[in-house]
Amino acid sequence: MSEPILTLEGVYTDIAQYHILHDLDLAVPRGGVTMLLGRNGVGKTTTLRTIMGLWRTKRGTITLDGRDLGAMATAERARLGIGYVPEDMGIFSDLTVAENMTLAAASGPLDAARLEWIFAAFPPLRTFWRSEAGNLSGGQKQMLAIARAMAEERRLYLIDEPTKGLAPAIISTMAGALRDLKSRGASILLVEQNFAVAKALGDSAAVMDDGRVIWAGAMAELAGDAALQERLMGLSMETA
Amino acid sequence: MMTDAPGHNPTLAALSASDRIGQAMPFILVPLVVVAGFLAIGSSSSWLTLTVAGLAMGMMIFLMASGLTLVFGLMDVINFGHGAFISVGAFVGVSVLIGFGGWTSAPSLGLNLAAVALAILAAIAVTGVLGWGFERVIVRPVYGQHLHQILVTVGGLIVIEQLIQVVWGPHEIFINRPETLQGAITYAGAALEKYRLLAVALGLMVFVAMRLVLRRTKIGLIVRAGVQNGEMVQALGYRLRLVFIGVFVAGSALAGLGGVMWGLYQGVITAGMGEEMMILVFIVVIIGGLGSVEGAFIGALLVGLSQNYIAFLAPKLALISNIGLMAAILMWRPQGMMPVVKAK
Repeated sequence: MSEPILTLEGVYTDIAQYHILHDLDLAVPRGGVTMLLGRNGVGKTTTLRTIMGLWRTKRGTITLDGRDLGAMATAERARLGIGYVPEDMGIFSDLTVAENMTLAAASGPLDAARLEWIFAAFPPLRTFWRSEAGNLSGGQKQMLAIARAMAEERRLYLIDEPTKGLAPAIISTMAGALRDLKSRGASILLVEQNFAVAKALGDSAAVMDDGRVIWAGAMAELAGDAALQERLMGLSMETA
Repeated sequence: MMTDAPGHNPTLAALSASDRIGQAMPFILVPLVVVAGFLAIGSSSSWLTLTVAGLAMGMMIFLMASGLTLVFGLMDVINFGHGAFISVGAFVGVSVLIGFGGWTSAPSLGLNLAAVALAILAAIAVTGVLGWGFERVIVRPVYGQHLHQILVTVGGLIVIEQLIQVVWGPHEIFINRPETLQGAITYAGAALEKYRLLAVALGLMVFVAMRLVLRRTKIGLIVRAGVQNGEMVQALGYRLRLVFIGVFVAGSALAGLGGVMWGLYQGVITAGMGEEMMILVFIVVIIGGLGSVEGAFIGALLVGLSQNYIAFLAPKLALISNIGLMAAILMWRPQGMMPVVKAK
């Protein structure tokens, strides 16, 4: 088993007077999709934001490929090769699709071959290349959000609920794109409430409750054990 | 292999006619005010004189306001100290002009413009450096704390005003415009002040340059994106703080440029002139929409034009014309004409 690409050890994060993450331990394997699961409000989004440095850790260490991220600003972490898709998508609505993508390629111009790959994954982005991103539909905005993360080669992708509120047809497009990304050897930490998507994409899983990881293992093991799902998350994937 | 979304045929909803008019309205407002002014004033020569005066005033206010709106949009910083850069720019620029008295009094357009250019460059350099120091010492410790920002930036403004009095003395300084920029040219029966024409040309050049930088360069893209969602810009790998410092310095330098131009326009400079201008500058930033350079440009022109027209048509109303304009625009669009940052 290779070293994990990302490790969180004993991480505590407070937001204002609230203690959100408590002694969080998480290891994200290199290559493949790790699902971060759990009920609403258990700290999944805060975990991703903490990894990005958008919330500062009170205690604990976060390492990416052995490098301590603790003292690094958000921009430095991103430059290390972390692609981040926030829950609210973070689209620059007054900028065009092209400008959003240009900005996502922080280290230089957009690579033409990579852009073709992105267009193949998300055809509407080619159609609306010169349109203001604010005029896109919710699904198209989510495509753009993920496409921005894909605009350059990344070591790790942090993706927060990419299928939230989307129509089944768009979810299928999203899942296809993430599967394609995975097949290229990407490491993805994915927060997802849609269990069908989680089951289809996940290689490993970590389940959170009350700001900490309470279970970690193979996604197949979790998906095949309804009693375990019930115990960890209070519901079964099959019935969700 | 990728799967296309079955049955997903992307289209963009067409904007309704009222949406289109609503979007275009800020750009139509300036011509509308100009036409309304023409109809109300009646005399074409008076109207032309007042229009050039209004445009010149608007351009100078735009120079002072453009940096402030970006600073607010990018880092949510309310800088009441911005007026200090206007005053310092005016004093530095006027000092240079006095130093080059031989050039300014010569009946040579080239020498006169060279003296003004040197004054502007000196003002830009000094206020740019001052802005850098102001950001480091005064603004940086109070990021994210609006009340503290107001208090410390007002404090910074007072300190700088006092320092101006220490360096240049407590009294106002009167300044004559360079020889060939005095007086007016006559066009279609209207007297058009040469200096106002210069101010219009300079303001337009700065606006076009700012638009080119903001629309055609990567740094401009980062600034525009940062005004909308600074957190996401950082998550894409850009050090927004460095960008902000650059914008703060550029905004301070533009305020300094506006200060020189305004000082020469008024013919007198005082340590408190920047503070006095801040009311107009804030009105322009608010009606233009927070974070919007285009909005500030249109807002500044509206303020300049309406003030000049109303001062001619109903002098007693001139005192409240700007507040009235702001109230009218905020009743129409509570976030300002072209907001990039939503007011909290």
